[in-house]
Amino acid sequence: MLKIENLTATVADKQILNGLSLEVAAGEIHAIMGPNGAGKSTLSYVLGGRPGYEVTGGSVEFIGQDLLDLEPHERASAGLFLGFQYPVEIPGVSNVQFLRESLNAQRAGRGEEALTGGEFLKLAKEKAGLLGMDMEMLKRNVNVGFSGGEKKRAEMVQMGILDPKFAVLDETDSGLDIDALRVVGEGINAIMRDPAKGVLLITHYQRLLDVVKPDKVSILAAGRIVQTGGPDLALRLEEEGYDAVMAPENANA
Amino acid sequence: MPEAATLPTRRDEAWRYSDTDALAALDLGTFEDWQDIDVPADGSHHEIVTIAEGDSTQLRRLRITVGEGATCEVFGVIAAAQLGRVEAVVHLERGAHFEMGGITVGGSDTTREFVSHVIHAEPEATSNQTVRSVHWGKATGNFLGRIDVVRHAQKTDAAQDFKGLLLEKGASVNAVPQLEIFADDVKCAHGATVGQLDEMARYYMAARGLPPETARRLLVQAFLGDALVALDDDAERERLMDVALAKLEAHL
Repeated sequence: MLKIENLTATVADKQILNGLSLEVAAGEIHAIMGPNGAGKSTLSYVLGGRPGYEVTGGSVEFIGQDLLDLEPHERASAGLFLGFQYPVEIPGVSNVQFLRESLNAQRAGRGEEALTGGEFLKLAKEKAGLLGMDMEMLKRNVNVGFSGGEKKRAEMVQMGILDPKFAVLDETDSGLDIDALRVVGEGINAIMRDPAKGVLLITHYQRLLDVVKPDKVSILAAGRIVQTGGPDLALRLEEEGYDAVMAPENANA
Repeated sequence: MPEAATLPTRRDEAWRYSDTDALAALDLGTFEDWQDIDVPADGSHHEIVTIAEGDSTQLRRLRITVGEGATCEVFGVIAAAQLGRVEAVVHLERGAHFEMGGITVGGSDTTREFVSHVIHAEPEATSNQTVRSVHWGKATGNFLGRIDVVRHAQKTDAAQDFKGLLLEKGASVNAVPQLEIFADDVKCAHGATVGQLDEMARYYMAARGLPPETARRLLVQAFLGDALVALDDDAERERLMDVALAKLEAHL
């Protein structure tokens, strides 16, 4: 469903991605782990089309389309969701207004009819409930005054409402306490565990993977995927650290 | 021509950032044209001012007296005219309140400005002024706000808040707070900022599927909304916002 081939990208003229290749099939949750500065967030922003993240080579195919050819809002409409590591505050715009406009813009992009106010509120209430979020929170301005944990929870409510085909989740677990981690993890399972959907789950820690069980785990280092394995690879990383696990790979290189 | 000497010039503090060339075509009588509003003690008055149509210069001048314990609210949108200007000279009696919310929007080489002069003439009066300006092209938005607190007007509480949003290089805004305070037990606050649209917010909105124009409209609407927060009448607030946004959408 997502096929990245030999992707290179620069940020402020500095090369961050160095020939990254990765494939995620439908029905798969693929965890990406890697040391700080490896290019994990850059990968998510390149996939999301953030201005300033320049692709210099390679290709990304998303459900039969050239992803890199689409504008950021068109990528969303095509079914891509980017969960932000640092969700952005938008003073003066309520979650309800933001998400209703977003969903209806996506639906318009797909040639679907807009949801009415009533239909949208029903959907929003259902998805907020899934993440244990009060509807009152959704009436507040987007992420304004939200704690770190509330912002991440709100990201998942957004994901639930927008119902994407594929989610790239960038350190969704950072800043969460143990209980919130479980709620968010179970939210990801409920929303994205589907034979027709896929997830790229960027994380530093095994504890999220205890809740959201990955089908595959890849290590991203120095701008490319250096190793891919099953869920046990994450466990080994947790125990031994990147240096030890990656050492044989580097020795062969 | 002796009359020409009475046209305001940029040397006048209250016209400093105005488009004084645009005044030349005006009848000099225009400058004597004040709308007087007298709010009796404990009364309340609510005034809406819009400059929404036409290309020629338009001035609206209000001379307001707010009686003891009374309240006067003025909400205005300036979205048209080569020079659109709303002026308010406000005299506050004991315990009176003056509320002003102003919006200026505009492009090309227009100038749109709010100019206020609030006189806290007696103790315990309060005033609150919020102006939001969104400009593009080579347009200018101004807020010149003067506050006088006389010597015995203790417990005065006055606030001015201005924010400018520039959508394109070449546009400008000017904020001139001018506080003359002769009493010693007062609160007078003023703040001014100028900025651009938040790029990260725009990207975040795009990542959720909003096309750039929609994201921009929502962000501008949120920005302008501050000026109308104190307006209780929802329908009126919506109407004023529509006047401002119609101008912006014509530009987008």
